[in-house]
Amino acid sequence: MTDPTRDTVRSVQGSPVSVSPAGDGATPAPSPAGATRAPASTAASTSTVLDAGPSRAPGRSRGIGWRARMEIALLTGPSLAVFLAFVVFPVLMAAYYGFYSWHGYGRPVDFVGLRNYVNILQDGTFIDALWHNAAVVVLSLVLQGPAAILLALLLNRRMRGQSLIRVLIFVPYVISEVVVGTGFSLMLQSEGAFNGMLRNLGLGSLANDWLSDPNLAIWSLAGILTWKYIGFATILFLAGLQGIPVELTEAAAIDGASYWQIQRRITLPLLGPTLRIWAFLSIIGALQLFDLVFIIWGQYVSSTAGTSTMATYMVTNGRNAGNYGYGNAVAVVLFVISLTVALLYQRFVLRRDTEGALTGRSR
Amino acid sequence: MAATTIDAPVTYRRERGLPWGSPAVYFVALLLIGVMLAPVVYIILGGFRTNAQITVDPAGFPGPWNLGNYVDVLTGDTFWQEVLNSTLAAAATTAGVVALGLMTSYVLARYQFRGRGAMYSLFAAGLMFPVTVAITPLYILVKTLGLMNSMPGVILPQIGFGLPTTIIILVPFLRAIPTEIQEAAEIDGCSRIGFFWRMVLPLSLPGVITVGILTFIGSWNSYLLPLFILNRESSFTLPLGVQAFSSQYSVDTAKVLAFTSLSMIPALVFFSLFERRIVGGLTGAVKG
Repeated sequence: MTDPTRDTVRSVQGSPVSVSPAGDGATPAPSPAGATRAPASTAASTSTVLDAGPSRAPGRSRGIGWRARMEIALLTGPSLAVFLAFVVFPVLMAAYYGFYSWHGYGRPVDFVGLRNYVNILQDGTFIDALWHNAAVVVLSLVLQGPAAILLALLLNRRMRGQSLIRVLIFVPYVISEVVVGTGFSLMLQSEGAFNGMLRNLGLGSLANDWLSDPNLAIWSLAGILTWKYIGFATILFLAGLQGIPVELTEAAAIDGASYWQIQRRITLPLLGPTLRIWAFLSIIGALQLFDLVFIIWGQYVSSTAGTSTMATYMVTNGRNAGNYGYGNAVAVVLFVISLTVALLYQRFVLRRDTEGALTGRSR
Repeated sequence: MAATTIDAPVTYRRERGLPWGSPAVYFVALLLIGVMLAPVVYIILGGFRTNAQITVDPAGFPGPWNLGNYVDVLTGDTFWQEVLNSTLAAAATTAGVVALGLMTSYVLARYQFRGRGAMYSLFAAGLMFPVTVAITPLYILVKTLGLMNSMPGVILPQIGFGLPTTIIILVPFLRAIPTEIQEAAEIDGCSRIGFFWRMVLPLSLPGVITVGILTFIGSWNSYLLPLFILNRESSFTLPLGVQAFSSQYSVDTAKVLAFTSLSMIPALVFFSLFERRIVGGLTGAVKG
């Protein structure tokens, strides 16, 4: 393994998915008991993964023999091979190609240093795309978060028909981006079903060019994204809600707390870790948004309609324009931005979860 | 299909007197379902209309109902070829991800060796590498390997990119299997590999199913990778097919809607069968 990967690996170690590996000891580990007692979130359950140091992990402490070594090699060999060849290697190659002006034929020979990167950051279209990404990040969090919490609370109530509602609410999440994109682009065009419905309801004055009007398009996109991904947020929150002990809410109810007081004072704080993990996934997903925009707006319309993203910019100006070196440089920029956001988020937001786990132990 | 999964628990709960919610709650729930399902219903119903009907009233119901579009799509070759390609890609990806992920997670969860933490971090770091970032070099790599327009060209990268999530979900499952069970098995003369087959597999089944479903649906719906790798129409998967169909028949809206609605059925069936497992699997941990 080369040095760049090692650095990346190390810098990602603190991210929510890989909590301090054995022997690191720098990050305070939540107590195993606490984590198993309240698997209230994916964060809590994943944090058990690596917190277990050598002392806790099953298996014998004596040195491993050749037999075990062979088993390890046999069992991990194939996945390591596939993973290194089709994930790590291409990512490293993206960084390498990014320094060349290269059109995909033969070996890249025209080394241009940082020129690709300078060009990207000076290109107004890219800056626009970056702003669109930022808008999508904010709108996804603001629109999906509160709605999904309410939905999860609703679906967590014991009432008739809840299983049916649960299945139906997740339908959009399961449908492919292409189907969603095709459907919505037909529905939202100026002579589409949405405007037709508005006219049938006597609200014809509200009819609009939902997709091509630059003032509206980003809102349409946010609406479609909310519709598509709210099911995922709801699945996560439901899983989180089911990890909250009923005793707590029952005790609060006995003490005379109203339903909304219970949700506000008990459920929401306990759902915190799940919420933060969801927000993390949502932010990263929004930064890398590609499919829906590319399908609905296509590579040319998206920039004029104000919905282009960094990823659509990458495909348009990289592969489709034949500038592979440039496209790879865009990929690197996209990756660096995602990584920076992820690390900042980890540093300032997710750290609270570790602190929460610590206070949980001392209590 | 959905009915069977839903009916049983409802009747089970009714005995214990599952309360009716307040009318307001049901009203909100109904409204929500309406919003969530309206676009899907539009796509399905639109397939039963004619283009003339759609032009006159874009938001109306079919009247008269017209089966022609669906029949056309179902009797054509392209649709079935694409269903076959998608099924093949999704099944092979799922099998690969589950098999490789389970093997690796087993080692990471239950073997003691130097470099274990590093290996876990390596896979976990994979979460930070989305296909989007690696797509161009991946395309070149697949081209160099001569796998363009072939299913392995899509399947292998998908397995690679599916591994991080799988390992992160499965390792806690495998670790949660009590050491006592393993010791008891060892005393009974079970090797570590035997323990893997006889104990680990059955006990981690909920996690495996969750991972399997997520991978299958992910592969069934994946767009960017096939877009780069599969250029020949005979190798298209359904998402590419839907897009190609909708640009080819852009004036025939009704037919596009019929094609689109048929292409989403398998993922929907698959999901409604296993929905409960997904929510359960995300909550994690083996009880026992």
